[in-house]
Amino acid sequence: MENEAQFTVDLGNLMCFNPHHHFPSKPSSREELVKECLEKGTELVQIIANNLFNLPSTESVDGPLIKLPPPTTRLPREKPLPKPKAPTKWEEFAKARGIKNRKKDKLVLDDQSGTWKRRYGYDRANDEENIPIIEAKMTDEPGFDPFAKRLSDKKNRVEKQEKNRMQNLKQAAKLGNLPSHVQLAATALPITGTQAAPKKASKHDLGKVAGIAVTATASGGKFDKKLQGEKPAQQPKKFRKFLPVAEGTGIGSQERSQTERILNSLISKNSHEILNVDKAISMYNVKKEKRKNQKGKSSSTSSKLKPKTKPQKKFSKKGSSKTEKAK
Amino acid sequence: MLKVKTPRNHRVRRELEKRAPKLVENGKKTLILHGTKTSAVLNEVLKEIYHLKKGKAVKFSRKNENIKPFENGGETSLEFFSMKTDCSIFVYGSHSKKRPDNLVIGRTYDHHIYDLVEVGVENFKPMESFKYDKKLAPLVGSKPMIAFIGEGFENVEELKHFKEVLLDLLRGEVVENLNLVGLDRVYVCTAISSNRVFLSHCGLRLKKSGTKVPRMELVEVGPSMDLVVRRHRLPNESLKKAAMKTVRDQPKKKVKNVSDDAVEGKIGKIYIPDQKVGEMAVIDKSKGVKRERREAKLKKGDQGHASKKQKEDST
Repeated sequence: MENEAQFTVDLGNLMCFNPHHHFPSKPSSREELVKECLEKGTELVQIIANNLFNLPSTESVDGPLIKLPPPTTRLPREKPLPKPKAPTKWEEFAKARGIKNRKKDKLVLDDQSGTWKRRYGYDRANDEENIPIIEAKMTDEPGFDPFAKRLSDKKNRVEKQEKNRMQNLKQAAKLGNLPSHVQLAATALPITGTQAAPKKASKHDLGKVAGIAVTATASGGKFDKKLQGEKPAQQPKKFRKFLPVAEGTGIGSQERSQTERILNSLISKNSHEILNVDKAISMYNVKKEKRKNQKGKSSSTSSKLKPKTKPQKKFSKKGSSKTEKAK
Repeated sequence: MLKVKTPRNHRVRRELEKRAPKLVENGKKTLILHGTKTSAVLNEVLKEIYHLKKGKAVKFSRKNENIKPFENGGETSLEFFSMKTDCSIFVYGSHSKKRPDNLVIGRTYDHHIYDLVEVGVENFKPMESFKYDKKLAPLVGSKPMIAFIGEGFENVEELKHFKEVLLDLLRGEVVENLNLVGLDRVYVCTAISSNRVFLSHCGLRLKKSGTKVPRMELVEVGPSMDLVVRRHRLPNESLKKAAMKTVRDQPKKKVKNVSDDAVEGKIGKIYIPDQKVGEMAVIDKSKGVKRERREAKLKKGDQGHASKKQKEDST
């Protein structure tokens, strides 16, 4: 077996590889080929067996047990390496302060009853809340229920703990370190102002947005090649509304209402009888302020500023202060 | 509003922990499925592969129309199945005029496709067609020996990749201790030409030889087929690097209450609380068993028995 040194043996996988065998280019009949393959296979298997049986073995009930070495061929993993657990807020704090966790006993001697009770849980030792009578302090109002307060305090504490736990899990999820048995799922709608849970875009929304995007081309998206299944854009075009041609004699009711509307808006703009009281007050106030600020200034600037009074009303405080500074 | 979902019972919790990423991984499970059209030969092949890997394989029986390996969108279903069944190797069979008796063997990393090899099956001989001594039949689940022969596996890139995939597929679980009596199967893979591999599954016969090592004899047992490599896809470099990452061994976590004794082997300690026999609840609630009734009966019996006896005497 002079070629033995050239074989690659991977005992951990019980594999042997002969890279040097060259098969004749014109393979003989099928049986011959099979026979040759098996012969070669037998050789390799014998080598593996030699190596295996020479390993130190221990005797067990079922037979000789050998300890296999780890495999040498590197094969890819099936899942990424596990990330170390993310420390919770308390753990970080404890590490920073150097607080060590002390081992506590499960049973504690209860002073009141003189027996050994558990440290926490139902019927615990030295329970401060188990007293039947609570004395009222001088600062308590009459009708104040300390037992109810105890319950609500506990409820608040439990809620705070839940919130903290949720925060820890969210932090871990952000880093990708969630423990394997925990999943975070978005349930209810988020309160506005907080970080909204990413909502899946509906088919309708996507279609609308796609339609809007399509009109950004030079031809308004009318001549674009459509993808398979894409429906034509359904943008509501503004159509001119034409009144019916004949609707009774003279001006019809629709035409009358149309012209009435136009005339009303025209007249109201220039008539002083219809008074928008709020608008008038605000206009007056702004004008007064303007006059106050312009007391020491030249009149030429004031005339320039006059047309600007109207838009200034719409500006916030910032805008008006800006123009004041400019003066 | 985020809600925390944790499993309601321990069984589910244990399952989730089994599937979580670990330092030392469980053996890879194989998913066997087929596409819209399969041939008789291919059905046999898939069935036999499933039998060879019984216990660590999942076989789907329905046809899957939307799985198209080597195409962009056709692999999402595979990834979904891999996630659901927790399988990281899959064998997908399909048959078409262009690619008859096609098998696509692929691996996944983190439930995304890692690499693929497409082979065609030729000259397939099923397990039933081999005649051999039944005693040599390999047991299900035994660790196989694998032999690769041929310079093709070293020189041709496709065959190199195929060798790696075959090793991953055939090797089974990685074990530390092996019982030498349980060595009974061999897979022989020979690279006959630059794109053809002859795969054969053989049983072992151990013959007495002069030395401690028995003489091996191969007996063809299981399926044998010619695999013609058609297409393949190698993993991209970054993915390969991520998948091949290893961490140096960490010290084993100490298991509590277990100790190893040289004489007796593994010893475990179980703590049982004291049983207070007198205070245990007696479940037998039949009327006659209640203590008061029994005691009352006894008292009555002392007075009543005497009278009964007398009656018997009289008759």
